[in-house]
This record gives sequence, structure tokens and C-alpha cells, in this order.
Amino acid sequence: MTVQAPWGPEPAVKVVGATEAAPPQSRTGRKAPWWMWVAGVLIVLPLVLPLVFLFFRVLGASDAALDILFDLRTAELALRSTVLTVLVTATAVAVGVAAAWVISSTEVPGRKAWGVLVPLPLVIPSYVLALSFLAASGPRGTLATVTGWDVPVLDGLPGAWLALTLSTFPFVYLMVLAALRRLDPALEDAARGLGASRWRSFWTVTLPQLRPAIGAGALLAALYTLSDFGAVSLMRYAAFTTAIYAQYAGRIDRTPAAVLSVLLILIALVIIWAEQRTRGNAAYHTSRPARRRSRQRLSTGERIAALGFLVSVVTLGVVIPVVVLTTWAWRGARVGETVTIDWGAVGGSLVGSSLAAILAMAAAIPIVVLTVRYRGRASGWLERTVFVTFSLPHITVALAVVFFAVRYLGPLYQSLTLLVVVYASIFLAQATGATRASMLQVNPSVEEASRSLGRGPLQTLRSVTVPLIRPGLLAGGALVFLTTMKELPATLLLRPTGFDTLAVRIWSAANELFYARAAASALVLLGLSAIPLYFLVLSTKESSE
Amino acid sequence: MRRFGLIALVVALVVSACSTDTDTLTVYSGRSEDLIGPLIQQFEEESGIDVAVRYGGSTEIAATLLEEGDRSPADVVFTQDPASIGAVALEGMLDPLPIALLSRVPERFSDTDGRWVGVSGRARTIVYDTTLLTPADLPATEDGLIGSEWQGLVGIAPANGSFLAFVAAKILLDGEAATLAWLEGMAANGSPAYSNNSSIVSAVADGQLDSGLVNHYYLLRRLKEQPETSAANYFFPEPTAGSLVMPAGVGILSATNNREAAEAFVAFLLSERSQRYFASETFEYPLIPGVPANNALPPIGDVPTPEIDLSELATVLDRATDLVTQAGLL
Repeated sequence: MTVQAPWGPEPAVKVVGATEAAPPQSRTGRKAPWWMWVAGVLIVLPLVLPLVFLFFRVLGASDAALDILFDLRTAELALRSTVLTVLVTATAVAVGVAAAWVISSTEVPGRKAWGVLVPLPLVIPSYVLALSFLAASGPRGTLATVTGWDVPVLDGLPGAWLALTLSTFPFVYLMVLAALRRLDPALEDAARGLGASRWRSFWTVTLPQLRPAIGAGALLAALYTLSDFGAVSLMRYAAFTTAIYAQYAGRIDRTPAAVLSVLLILIALVIIWAEQRTRGNAAYHTSRPARRRSRQRLSTGERIAALGFLVSVVTLGVVIPVVVLTTWAWRGARVGETVTIDWGAVGGSLVGSSLAAILAMAAAIPIVVLTVRYRGRASGWLERTVFVTFSLPHITVALAVVFFAVRYLGPLYQSLTLLVVVYASIFLAQATGATRASMLQVNPSVEEASRSLGRGPLQTLRSVTVPLIRPGLLAGGALVFLTTMKELPATLLLRPTGFDTLAVRIWSAANELFYARAAASALVLLGLSAIPLYFLVLSTKESSE
Repeated sequence: MRRFGLIALVVALVVSACSTDTDTLTVYSGRSEDLIGPLIQQFEEESGIDVAVRYGGSTEIAATLLEEGDRSPADVVFTQDPASIGAVALEGMLDPLPIALLSRVPERFSDTDGRWVGVSGRARTIVYDTTLLTPADLPATEDGLIGSEWQGLVGIAPANGSFLAFVAAKILLDGEAATLAWLEGMAANGSPAYSNNSSIVSAVADGQLDSGLVNHYYLLRRLKEQPETSAANYFFPEPTAGSLVMPAGVGILSATNNREAAEAFVAFLLSERSQRYFASETFEYPLIPGVPANNALPPIGDVPTPEIDLSELATVLDRATDLVTQAGLL
């Protein structure tokens, strides 16, 4: 088997015999069954509509609206969004991979607790993270009050960078953690046996095998950053999304916002293309049952370094937000503000998010099978559409859906059904991303065996493929659940009248400076989301042990 | 287990799709539930009319209505500022309100064609850090803020509806050239840009910013939660766009089939009781004569207000955004 380093054309390691020579991922001999294409197209259809809508808006645009394309400021915004996306993605990958490796592969103390605590920032809405950093920093912030130091306010690029890194590194962490636990340790052992240092064997053997997982996580992190509005606007970092919102807010004419959205799609396509380019043709599966990897011993210095790293991640991503939120709730309660839990919003959040997660998991199966097993131009576009939708600001997607639904969908408009379909569409990329990483580790010869033993394609899918990719599917479903819990713009525009979620409650209160109420809802959101996150981390464990 | 999940999903989705109700009054509100939720509840109890409210930002609400067109399920639209409801009125989606309702509020707070009526008022002010500035340091109009002594000291929210409405008002009062010059002056001064009024008030109260152009009531909410805050509001003494009192507006959609209930709702918002609620709970200015404002505020009669037709704000809203963009603030 040849394992390729992610950043070089040269095969980094050749290990013969440890893992059998991999057959190509796409079965050149077989075509995908027709019903799978039908399913794939039906799934992608609702995702295409907003894009079509945008292109028509832009085609009908006046010259004045198109001027925005050639404006210097637009170029500057594109640059600012790109800079932020590159920085966030790089740190998200570094933090995510390091945390996953330390937790899964070393004997760092308290591994189980860290495993659950580290990805927790994922469940905190980015605007809540931003608000809490703004409250914690600055001359009268929590940090300055407690220590008496002169603390500068954390905003602008550093602020947005930090908040979004914390929001997105869990994507990388969760995908890499799952991949590490399914990794065949034979390669690593061989490298160590041949005298490679721990660092060298990690860099040249382990890391290249993690490439699909890192790529999937990095892509999600990059596109999430591109579509984020909450953190960049609160951190006062002007970017594409803030400009798009400003155009919606300041104009009756909605074309300039559409023009900017189309530009954003182009940036997203470049990122998606880059990730697809670096994937190459490498195969990542083994024909042998996975053995448990031995954990690395750490020297005292290394142990302190590893613990210090985990403590800082959890402090920034969990402790600071929770302390700030608790302070707000407590302060409000002290002056007699009624700080209560809105059970209607709790129910709305749970119902909407669970339905979205189930739907996205079901939809991810055909998309992933088509893109991994039947690679080609058509399946490539299916996948790209899924990722582009993930990169769009939610207000853009939601307004397009409003336009279509009110005209052509009748009673479905403002129904829970439509809202759930939109949730699942926006976040489908998370489900396919996680599932794809799992799928790449499934040896196609297992499916071939089932087919040659007389099972049809549907039976094989149900009884062989789906059980094998279950860890990825569940991880993807959990990601969709957790991000739907935080979703705001699409919820505001498309929810059934009277339907409430915790994210809506937080936004509504924080926007009006009722911080105590916002904090109460945010703490409930955190607590509720931590439960599925706990099971998500557990499930990646079970799949390997 | 999987199959059960899928069946449950389908059932839930079908059930949800079938539950539409035509008897209830549907209100699209750009004012958040934290502000008007209790009022809605009171109205339901008193009138026996069921109200379904869609809460959102005023911008999102207006944009949604424009996409929906005459298919909108909304009966009533209620927004934070005159510009976004004005945009809906400009599209011809609002019917004139009865004179009996319009006449409860001074004319200057409503649409000249009577398509929407002002409900509660917010004054544009400067919020400032009282440990750094005194009222004597602050200029008589917003034009004084573009001097170099204010370099980097005045926060603005250029993408926010209230700020854009203020810029639109400035265009109507001073003309485009003067407005652009002012915006460019603010940009040249490096005035920090925030996403909304609440962020500016928080930044000033937390010692991160000296002052900022905002609506008056955010500070009062902050003071309620944290009375030790060292910040205050400054009202411009001259009648310019900077001292504009902007009403939140309510209107009835032409496409409604629930006009009676809609009018009852508007009448309720303009009742003395609701107006007292705005004064005491949201710290806004009540607009019907005889209901006093919160006693931490100067009476509305003492706030110098420029002569301006609020209905025209929406007509120059796009120009306002053009100028803010041109000045490099967006």
C-alpha cells in the first residue's frame, strides 16, 4: 500500500504486506443502481433551488447593482474573508489534530473527561462565544476586574479568529478522533520497529492516513467560517457575510446582496476544489480487523505540555463562556429579573434538531455511496452542491426558500416540515463529510463479496455498507443536531409562527441587552447539547474497542 | 430502530404540515418577544383574539414580506424603525389605517398617507463614558463629531437599521453631499464600527469605547441590570438628524382577511395601558399625549426634533446605504 503525504507528491512510506494493496475506490466495472441516482438528485434538488434563485436575481440585476462586483471594497471584503478563513482553518486543524491525538493515543491523565470537555465549544453559538470574550476582556472585563491587569479588548481579527477557531476545531477533532480509533496500528508499529522516532512516525505514517478525516474537518471548518455572521459582526471584523447582511438591512433592492452571495459561492467553490484536489486517489482501508492501538507513554515534561494544552483549550472554549454566562444570569437574578427556563423553546430546539439530524443522516447515505463508490463528474457536482449550501449565509438560503415556498409550496410554507428540510439541507455537508471519512475506511471488497454471494445492491447497502459506516453516520447526525441547536437566521425566517427555539431566545434577549435572560437560555442550550455530544464521543470509542 | 425513527419523522412532518389556522391574527414583528411578548398576551386575554407572532429583526421581517408579496400570511406588520415599514408601504402592501387610530398619535410620528402609525419613540443620542467625558465636552450636533479631536472615539453601527434611518434623515435634511461629507469625516476619523446599538452601549459601559451614536433606551436596560455602570446618554440640543425621534411603526397588510382583529390590535397598542408599558418596561417614549416618559428621560417635548417627513425615509434608504458604502463604512 502506498500512503501519500498530504503536502507532497512523493510517496512517504511504502509498507508492503501490512495492509493489502487497495483496489480503486470507484468500481469501474459497475454502474450505480438507477434508484440511487434518483435519491441523490432528489436530495440535492432543494439545495439547488436557492442557488438557481440567486443566479436569476443576479441575471436580472441592473448595472448599478452589478457595480458592486467591481468595487474595490468588495475585493477587500473577499480578501478579509479569505484571510480569516485560512487562519481559522489552519488553527482549527492544528488544535483539532493535536487534541485528538493526545486524547486517543497517549496516556495523558483524565483522558475520558478531556474527551468530552474538549469538543464542547461546538455547542456554543459563535455569537455567544464572541459576547463572552468581549465581556471577559477589556479594561472593565472580568479578567481585568479579577487580576487588576490592564487588559486590552479582544476584538477585530484576533477576536474573530479565536472565537471561530473554538467554534470549528471540534469538526476536525471529532473526525480525526474517529479515524484514529479505526486506524490499523500495524503501520505505525512497523515504522517504529524500523527505527523511526515517535515524531517521525506520526508525521510520515499516522498523519497521511488521517488525511480524509483532516480534509473533511478542515473543509467544514473553512466553510463554516465563511458563512458565519454572529462572531464576525460582534468582533467587528468586516467580512463578506457582514456586507451581505448590511445590504439586506439597508436596501429595498435585494440584488446587491444576491451579487455578493454569488461571489461568496465562488470563494467556497475554490475551497471545495482545493480540498478535492488534495484528496488524490489514495485508499485508506484495511482488510484486517482493527487492533487496539497501544498508547504512547509520556515523559513528565510531555505530560505537563499535553495537560497545559488541553487546559487552555477547555478554559478558552468552555470555562470562560460558562463563567461569563453564569455571572450574567446571577447578576440579573440579583436585581430581581425573572430568570426562567422557556420549556417551549427547549422543546422546539430538541424537536427541530433531532428531526434535522435524522433526515440529514438518511440523505447522507446515497450521497456518500455515490461520491465514494461511483466517483465521477456527476457525483462530484452532487457533493459540491452540498458543500456550497453549507458555505452560504443562512439568511441568503432562507430568503430564497421563502420566495419559492410561498409561491409553489402552499401549506408547506412556514411549516415545521419545511424548516427541518432546510436545516438538513444547510447542514447536510456535516453528515456527508463525517460519513465519507467512514466510507473510505470500508474495503469495497466486502461489498463485492456480498454482491457476488447473490445480494442485490439495496440489500448490500442495508446489511453491509450502512452497518459499516454507522460510526460516521452517527457522528454526522450528532454534528447536524448540535449545529441546528445553534441555528438562528433560517429559524427566524422559516419557522412556523409561534415555534420557538433556545437560539432564538438567546438572540432576542441579547439583542435588546437583556443579558440575564440570554444567559439563562444559553446555559440551558449548553447543557442540553452536551448530552448528545457525550454519546457522540462514546460512540466513536465503542466502534473501536 | 432506524426504521422506527424514519416512520416517526414522516408522521411528525405530515402532522406539522397540516396544522394551519386561519382564524388567528398573524403579526410579523421586528420587535422582539422580550419587548412586546407580555403586551401580546394581554391583548389575547382582553380581546379573545388568538395572536400568532413571527418575531425577527425588522430587516428580516421587511425582506420576508417583500419576498412573500401578496401571498403573505401576515395581517399586521410591526417594526422597530420607520424605514423598514416604509419599505413595505412603498411596495404597496399596506392599506391606510382608520383616522380614529391615526389621530391618537401626533402627525409627525406617522406615515403621511396613513399606511402606518407610530407606536413608541426612540431618540438618537450619544452614549458616553462618564469617567472620561462630561456633557460640556460633547458637540451641539452630530457635525461636531467629525473634528480630529474625536479620532477613534465615537462608535457607530453602520449596518444597523436605526443608523441607516438616521443617515436617510440626514440626506433629507442636509442633502446628499453634506451627508456623504459627514460619513467620510467619520470614516477618516476611524470611528469604530459595531454591529448594533447594544454592542456600542456594552463597549462604552465596559470601558472599551469612549462614546457612540445609539438609540436612547439600551443604556437604561443596562443600568437596570447593572446600576453601577458609569455611562450616560447625551441628547443633542440642536434639531438635526442626530436628535431625531424615530417611532416604531405598525401597519395592516392589504392582503389581510382579518381586518377587524388587526385594527383592534393596533388600537390596543395605542391604548394608554400599552403606552405606559412602553414607558416603564422598554424605556421608550410613549407617543400618545398624556402618557409620561420614564422619569430618567427628558420629556419628549424637550427633545429638539427636526422637521422631517418620516414616510420619505424609505425612499432614500437605498441612497443612504450607497453613501455609507461609498464612505467606506460598510
